[in-house]
Amino acid sequence: MKIHIKNGHLIDPKNGIDAKQDIYIAAGKIAAIGNAPEGFVANQTIDATNLVIIPGLVDLSARLREPGFEHKATLESEMLAAAAGGVTSLACPPDTDPVLDEPGLVEMLKHRAKQLNQAHVYPLGALTHQLAGKEITEMCELSEAGCVGFSQADVTIKDTQVLWRAMQYAATFGFTVWLRPEEPYLAKDGVAHDGEVAARLGLKGIPTAAETLAIASILRIAKETGAKVHLCRLSTSEGVEMVRSAKKAGQQVTCDVSANHLHLTDFDIGYFNANTHLKPPVRSQRDKTALSNGLADGTIDAICSDHTPVDDDAKLYPFAEAEAGATGLELLLPLTLKWAEENKLKLSDAVKHITQAPANILGVEAGDLSVNASADICVFDPNQYWKVEAKALLSQGKNTPFLGLELAGKVKYTLVNGHVVHG
Amino acid sequence: MNLPNAEILFETLAERIKPLIKANTAIVGIHSGGAWLAERLLPLLGHDLEHGILDVSFYRDDFNERGLHRETKPSQIPFDVQDKHILLIDDVFYTGRTIRAAMNELFDYGRPASITLAVLVNRGGRELPIAPQISTFDTALADTQNLQLLRHENGTFYFTLEENT
Amino acid sequence: MLNPQLNDDSELKHLLSIEGLPKRILNQILDTAESFAGVAEREVKKVPLLRGKTVCNLFFENSTRTRTTFEIAAKRLSADVITLNVSTSSQSKGETILDTIDNLTAMHTDMFVVRHAQSGAAHMIAKHVAPHISVINAGDGSHAHPTQGLLDVFTIRKHKPEMHNLRVAIVGDVLHSRVARSEIHALTTLGVPEVRVIAPKTLLPQDVEKLGVHVYHDMNEGLKDVDVVMMLRLQNERMAGAMLPSAQEYFKIYGLTSEKLALAKPDAIVMHPGPMNRGVEIDSAVADGTQSVILPQVTYGIAVRMAVMSILAGN
Repeated sequence: MKIHIKNGHLIDPKNGIDAKQDIYIAAGKIAAIGNAPEGFVANQTIDATNLVIIPGLVDLSARLREPGFEHKATLESEMLAAAAGGVTSLACPPDTDPVLDEPGLVEMLKHRAKQLNQAHVYPLGALTHQLAGKEITEMCELSEAGCVGFSQADVTIKDTQVLWRAMQYAATFGFTVWLRPEEPYLAKDGVAHDGEVAARLGLKGIPTAAETLAIASILRIAKETGAKVHLCRLSTSEGVEMVRSAKKAGQQVTCDVSANHLHLTDFDIGYFNANTHLKPPVRSQRDKTALSNGLADGTIDAICSDHTPVDDDAKLYPFAEAEAGATGLELLLPLTLKWAEENKLKLSDAVKHITQAPANILGVEAGDLSVNASADICVFDPNQYWKVEAKALLSQGKNTPFLGLELAGKVKYTLVNGHVVHG
Repeated sequence: MNLPNAEILFETLAERIKPLIKANTAIVGIHSGGAWLAERLLPLLGHDLEHGILDVSFYRDDFNERGLHRETKPSQIPFDVQDKHILLIDDVFYTGRTIRAAMNELFDYGRPASITLAVLVNRGGRELPIAPQISTFDTALADTQNLQLLRHENGTFYFTLEENT
Repeated sequence: MLNPQLNDDSELKHLLSIEGLPKRILNQILDTAESFAGVAEREVKKVPLLRGKTVCNLFFENSTRTRTTFEIAAKRLSADVITLNVSTSSQSKGETILDTIDNLTAMHTDMFVVRHAQSGAAHMIAKHVAPHISVINAGDGSHAHPTQGLLDVFTIRKHKPEMHNLRVAIVGDVLHSRVARSEIHALTTLGVPEVRVIAPKTLLPQDVEKLGVHVYHDMNEGLKDVDVVMMLRLQNERMAGAMLPSAQEYFKIYGLTSEKLALAKPDAIVMHPGPMNRGVEIDSAVADGTQSVILPQVTYGIAVRMAVMSILAGN
């Protein structure tokens, strides 16, 4: 299928393009930028006047809820949500049911996803069996089955010796270890940032030290074992500073932040709004500012959605008992745009955090519009506002702290492998 | 209408109440106007008379419509109501509902031997089969008119009449 | 964000926490409670205000004391009272909180009095009830216990009317105490100039000074010249959670004895929300002594709750 997208404003951070350019697609790949290739006759023309064209978004964390949690969401619904959000590649954490610690499960997931013919799904394998933090998984087999890295999702390994050896084993083969830094004993039963708001609301706090202690351990072990580590969902200013120092000292580490944490502080809990119950918790204004600065100066590499759909009832509990997490695939783009606007950043600088940078972390060919790259493209209207409400979201999860807000950035077309999956 | 002189009416009230004071009598003023009257009557009645104040906020029949009155004051009935002859004092008698509430409240304190209602003004318009035994001034006012007893800083009484449209 | 406790006329619609209540409403409740305190002294302790109304005590967390005082308060207002003791285990995966509420609403409940082990439960319920129903928070997790805070300041007002000149000390496990939080908010809203908390670091919330209190770890320093000493209950779980070594050491350092009380003003009053752990947070000599107003607190609690229910029912 030959597609010609015309009159749009093309932004491709990797190739430094930020200009009005046409784009030509053939055989599922990008055939040319700017001028049509010889003899190109389009089967479909998309008029992208006043629209922006960027590489399809690469989301480092999206829970698809399969296998095992089909009451919360299904592969079908969440892949449609991804398409609606302009996401063409996504990594999913291994905390499914059963846990993604067997090659067979990974193959099945990849197969199911491929059949749907929507976004590319890159599973993260479990680092330890059942995520229990005792025995390491068959990382080589899992890698062969399609895992792009190994993660513990939200479960921290308590036994430092096990963590060390898991990272050592991963380092042997150059696998990246994805860890959300949280000291399990300090964070136990905690539901909010340990500070004034938690004190007022009588919610058990998770201190900043829970994150910084864990970062210190992880970075040290990574240094000694030579493991490549990706820190997931930073939330503290001190944590950002620690990564900054580590990178400066030459350590190979990457990290991401959730789009939610760029916009919310613990004050947004308000009157116990269960939609703001997230992991890690939303923290103080200073932390939020540091996360933003961290992105701007390259300390933080990528923004992800941390898409975590829950079923409707799961939030209808008092704050601490409500299931943590927010739906996010359809909000990654508008929240990134909002962040860029508020911090007066160029669109191309913002876009790289959701395209090129996450693709590098995943180690996959994605996140750019180079000629011969897979035609994974997102076309959106940066000026069209839409209201975040249940009926506007395709995801089965309607749980977002941004409910009721009007956000700018509506995806008009999403293409994967050169065919239109949305629009 | 010419507003009556509250001070003159008050003197009349005192004169008509005096003979009713017996051994087992107590005087109870209904907050706020009745309470003011009772307060000034007390020294005039010359005895060590048992006295109290009733705030009928908790017995009104318009709670569901109007909610709890903004300022409730505690009722103070420091004597035993049982078998007492109660002189119930109020400023303006209108629909009779305040008195109905006052009597219900009094009966929650005990069973009086009798209740005599004495008011300064009976403005007509009663909605219940209740009437003052003593009234120093009778008149007929419209529903739109609001007659109020007020008190100067020096303690002397005067009436105001408002026209509500 | 609109204040979920107030209706469109800025009058009290739910009582969920003292934080966020305008001072005039606090005063309205306290002043109304004065009138109800008088009712308690009569033979017939009832008034007909809530006749025909149904008050439902919905206790997801057990409490005989608080539940009983709410029952008494509602009955003294001539209301019909339903009491539901919903143990959390039976309700956890079966009927949700909101399903329970919906069922009770269908049974013509006009007012819910709710106690729950989780902070924010009362807010959640208030958000979901039908518009004509009021919710009173009888204690949600560590967050708030507004009627306790109110009856505590009512007690203080009765014995120390000069609120603008007081030093008040709150002693004990502030971290886990909804009573302490409500007391702090009530005192600061009413303009008490100095509110102190006295506790070991393990029993104080992070950033507690931001609530407007002075922090003391030394009880001898903290009690100096105070007018009111408010003791908090110590729960056994604190020893299990490595926050305290033993009840004995706690009593030695933070327990209120006659010697320690002597550091406060000679006419200082001693309060405790109950139930007391004698010999743990407070000495019997003090609890039963002349400066203790612990028993009157209970009576005032009924008057304050009657005031809250009346105001809510009328708005």
